Amino acid sequence: MFKPPSKLYRKLNSQTSCDIMQVHYSRTYGIHQRSFTSAAINIQRSPSFSKLNSDDIGYFKSMLGDKNVVQDEDRLSAANVDWMRKYKGSSQLLLLPRNTEEVSKILHHCNSRHLAIVPQGGNTGLVGGSVPVYDEVIISLASMDQIISLDKVNGILICEAGCILENLNSFLANEGFIMPLDLGAKGSCQIGGNVSTNAGGLHFIRYGSLHGNILGLEVVLADGTVLDMLGTLRKDNTGYDLKHLFIGSEGSLGIVTKVSILTPPKLLSTNLALLACKDFLSCQKLLLEAKRELGEAISAFEFMDSDAMDMVLAHMDGARNPFPSSSYNFYVLIETTGSDESYDKAKLEAFLLRSMEGGLISDGAIAQDINQASSFWQIREKLMFRKAMCWQGMSEATVKAGAVYKYDLSLPVEKLYDIVEEMRPRLGEKAKVVGYGHLGDGNLHLNIITKQYDNNILAQIEPFVYEWTSTHRGSISAEHGLGLMKADKIHYSKSPETVQLMASIKKLLDPSGILNPYKVLPQSMLQ
Amino acid sequence: MKILVAVKRVIDYAVKVRVKPNKSGVETSNVKMSMNPFCEIALEEALRIRESGAAKEVVAVTVGPAQCADTLRTALAMGADRAVHVDAGAAPVLPLSVAKILRALVQVEQPGLLILGKQAIDDDCNQTGQMVAGLLKWPQGTFASKVVLDKEKQVATVEREVDGGLETLCLDLPAVITTDLRLNQPRYATLPNIMKAKSKVIKKVTPEELNVEIKSDLEVVQVTEPPKRKAGVIISSVDELIDKLKNEVVSCNILVSEDHD
Repeated sequence: MFKPPSKLYRKLNSQTSCDIMQVHYSRTYGIHQRSFTSAAINIQRSPSFSKLNSDDIGYFKSMLGDKNVVQDEDRLSAANVDWMRKYKGSSQLLLLPRNTEEVSKILHHCNSRHLAIVPQGGNTGLVGGSVPVYDEVIISLASMDQIISLDKVNGILICEAGCILENLNSFLANEGFIMPLDLGAKGSCQIGGNVSTNAGGLHFIRYGSLHGNILGLEVVLADGTVLDMLGTLRKDNTGYDLKHLFIGSEGSLGIVTKVSILTPPKLLSTNLALLACKDFLSCQKLLLEAKRELGEAISAFEFMDSDAMDMVLAHMDGARNPFPSSSYNFYVLIETTGSDESYDKAKLEAFLLRSMEGGLISDGAIAQDINQASSFWQIREKLMFRKAMCWQGMSEATVKAGAVYKYDLSLPVEKLYDIVEEMRPRLGEKAKVVGYGHLGDGNLHLNIITKQYDNNILAQIEPFVYEWTSTHRGSISAEHGLGLMKADKIHYSKSPETVQLMASIKKLLDPSGILNPYKVLPQSMLQ
Repeated sequence: MKILVAVKRVIDYAVKVRVKPNKSGVETSNVKMSMNPFCEIALEEALRIRESGAAKEVVAVTVGPAQCADTLRTALAMGADRAVHVDAGAAPVLPLSVAKILRALVQVEQPGLLILGKQAIDDDCNQTGQMVAGLLKWPQGTFASKVVLDKEKQVATVEREVDGGLETLCLDLPAVITTDLRLNQPRYATLPNIMKAKSKVIKKVTPEELNVEIKSDLEVVQVTEPPKRKAGVIISSVDELIDKLKNEVVSCNILVSEDHD
């Protein structure tokens, strides 16, 4: 294992968050690209895992064909790095199985050889769960992208785990259905990954969690056993509903190979309004009123504070402030989806005008066509990408915006913005604290932007932000998952007994611990 | 001075258009409809001219069936002062008939400026503005990418986007201007304006009341999709390329790759 020089080693040991490590490393020791993450998190490569040998490669090649056994450096380096370029592994092998049987054979072999693996979908996760920590074999589901069937009466779609979300949406649109989830990463993320991370997204408020929409799964366990739970029934109370274990388990209990999902009908009329509010209390009241008056028509309810809006407008090409004359403290995006265009639009307009008269809204604009709607959405969706650019150090946004610490928290709605306001005096001039997120779901994305990564600043943020969230019985990871980033943080949101049982289940399903090791649960629980 | 803006309700620009199975036209039922993008630009320009003080009133007008009132409401929500809805029934009205209706309305409203979008994105005719200018014997500045009004001299200076570049015309008012993409970026319909729009008037008229007879000399026989783009063919040698060019191909795109494997 790569051992860093002693001067830096002390610094490494005092870090709690990997992210900062990455950048410090690259600044001072740019050439040391390998074993980045591993050095940063103080987790040693587990001695129980074997190393790949030529027999393994030979077996995989004979089983999958040469083309699907990738050892090419360029392709590997892309698969070894996560989307935000925060985490980098050192895998030597990428496999592309074409069907469930091949996945089963791969796992059976890896399990008997004690070779650690990482299942990989679109690699768009934000907590380092989709890339190797050390030399784990990457099993990519990308070749398993077939749509198997669509029940056109009930909207039940069966497809393989490697199908890209946007492609599924295009296919369904033709048939009059849509996927029940929508995320910024839809052009790259795969449904298997969405299921494994229990992805939330922009329409969570309308269609709910994947736990509700997934009707069945086909999963391959660590020893190669294929678990066929690919039901298509809305109601099936026969025994323990095991698929829920795999939804959100981030690839640590099994690899999802097929998905059966309930897709809602595609409704024709979509209306989108961007609103300005003077304080967070108004945003909350607006949410309550919207739920009452627009009810089931709401399909999205997002918010962002003025700092977030400023950032987007400053750094996004072609972004236009809908309210150029004034600056407001908060902005809210409300989307309604229904079946009757004029009726839905009139209903939304009436609600918004009433809210404005009641003082809940200071100003607002309603999108008049699809183009305007997508520019409103871009403002919200690009917030995420701006952060990524900051991390990559590519655009001028980095120079202006600096380094970013990102947190994804679930909190009671009335407390949601308090953490942003408490963070600001803690950091003072040193950092800009920005809050935005799925207000309708009680999900805050807290972003702290500084000129550069700094231990002192991190010490002001962590563990304060986790402890604060814990005190208010919130979740330290609303939708992004634990992955590698928060693998040792679960105790902030779950009781020790709960985590103990999780560890038991993990040991039961994956005794050799080869599935996505070092992630999700704390190492100490699994020893 | 009054400005008359003609707007059209069309299938939303972002929608993927589909041809009806019987090939009589495109699918318009259950499809999102919006104001024609060039008409939005025309309306925006009229509003800016009013805001600069060179005009007093902006009147939006549309020709079409009952649902077109939605488009007029959008126009009012953007800031038009009032609107006129010429209900010509469900059948599509072609440019010459629209031009005749606009001429009749111009004679009623007496505007100093008639602004339209350069073309509608459904038929791409690019005819109405020019025809109505001809019927009124008014000067026309089409494909405008910049408009400067001189209130005192009653002259409009219009920069036009033409194939060769930009052309600048000086038009004596009253005149017809049709707008091109780069003229401006239309404003959003904000809540205060939407609220004001509720009390604005949409006047309904019929072509008969304007003494215009709608008849068409054109009949749409068939609407089909363009032929699907064929996949490219990879050619292995220059000789094969020459042979294909000589014997098979009428028009083609040639992509040359660096490595020869």
